Amino acid sequence: MVPDPVPLQLTAELFPNGISRYAIGGLLVGLGTVVIYLGTGIPAGASTFLESTLSYVSGQSRFMQYVSSRDWRLVFTLGIILGALTFAATVQSGVITTSLYQPGTTGELYEVGGVTLWSTDVQPWRLLIGGVFVGVGTRIGKGCTSGHGVCGVGSASKTSIVGVATFLTVAIVTGQLVAALGVSP
Amino acid sequence: MSRNRHPLFMPLILVGGLIFGFGLGFSHMARPEVVLNFLQFDDFGLLFVMFGAAIVSGIAFAVMPRISDGAPLTGKPFERRLKSFDRNVLIGGAIFGVGWGLSGICPGAAYASLGIGNVTILWALAGMFIGAYLQGRWRSRAVSADSVATGAD
Repeated sequence: MVPDPVPLQLTAELFPNGISRYAIGGLLVGLGTVVIYLGTGIPAGASTFLESTLSYVSGQSRFMQYVSSRDWRLVFTLGIILGALTFAATVQSGVITTSLYQPGTTGELYEVGGVTLWSTDVQPWRLLIGGVFVGVGTRIGKGCTSGHGVCGVGSASKTSIVGVATFLTVAIVTGQLVAALGVSP
Repeated sequence: MSRNRHPLFMPLILVGGLIFGFGLGFSHMARPEVVLNFLQFDDFGLLFVMFGAAIVSGIAFAVMPRISDGAPLTGKPFERRLKSFDRNVLIGGAIFGVGWGLSGICPGAAYASLGIGNVTILWALAGMFIGAYLQGRWRSRAVSADSVATGAD
């Protein structure tokens, strides 16, 4: 056996699922942001949807400040869901195959009407409690992975870079702790 | 936002969302397990998603303000996304980090997760709305009473 060159070995260790699906997915996420920005001048983030949508059902001043943007944020979120569904109906279902996409083995695949859908194995209590922290944290911290991570870092905003460094560090510590406690998946 | 929006405003937002959501699906960020694997240092692919996206949008944020006065559909000037820094960025970031580390889910990826058929993600979406509602109530009250709320509701 001829050993792989060192860079290839490293790549295989750090990126067991390759890098193409991540890089191409990331470029598309950026492109979606750019399309909205080019037409409207809005650097869109995903987490404000939570507060703006709450303004439909609650008159709290914190939510009412987003009344003017709540309709397009709803459309943006609907677009995200439909875009992911389009992915599920094409690439995930095997209708479109490309060597740039690695399917992966996490969670469970199931079929509904010829469309291959996917469901997580992560336990509901983790999703629910984690979701509450995400809901509180992104709103106090002025952004999430798209607002700070994509638009903010793309803007070379110091606030966003500090924000990303903070949530990334805490998330790594939390993730490692949870795994060390034997919680899986 | 103006009351008389350009007729292409909403269609463009929808198209942007579609590409954004397709990208989240393709990159597997809509799968909490893949994010949790990243936090375990088992797969560093997430870095390519976040920085790949930031580079693409960063080019637009850097170039557009120089070559155009305003966006065609809104007239809004092209500006970068800059938020003021205060300790809320650290406190909120840390709370978000706990949630992200526990669940592997962030807002955009959670909506996309629903799109790829992950009905279980409704638990996370419910949690996010509860969290956003709690902080909204607390902060609305803090503003109107101009004092720190002591109740832990």
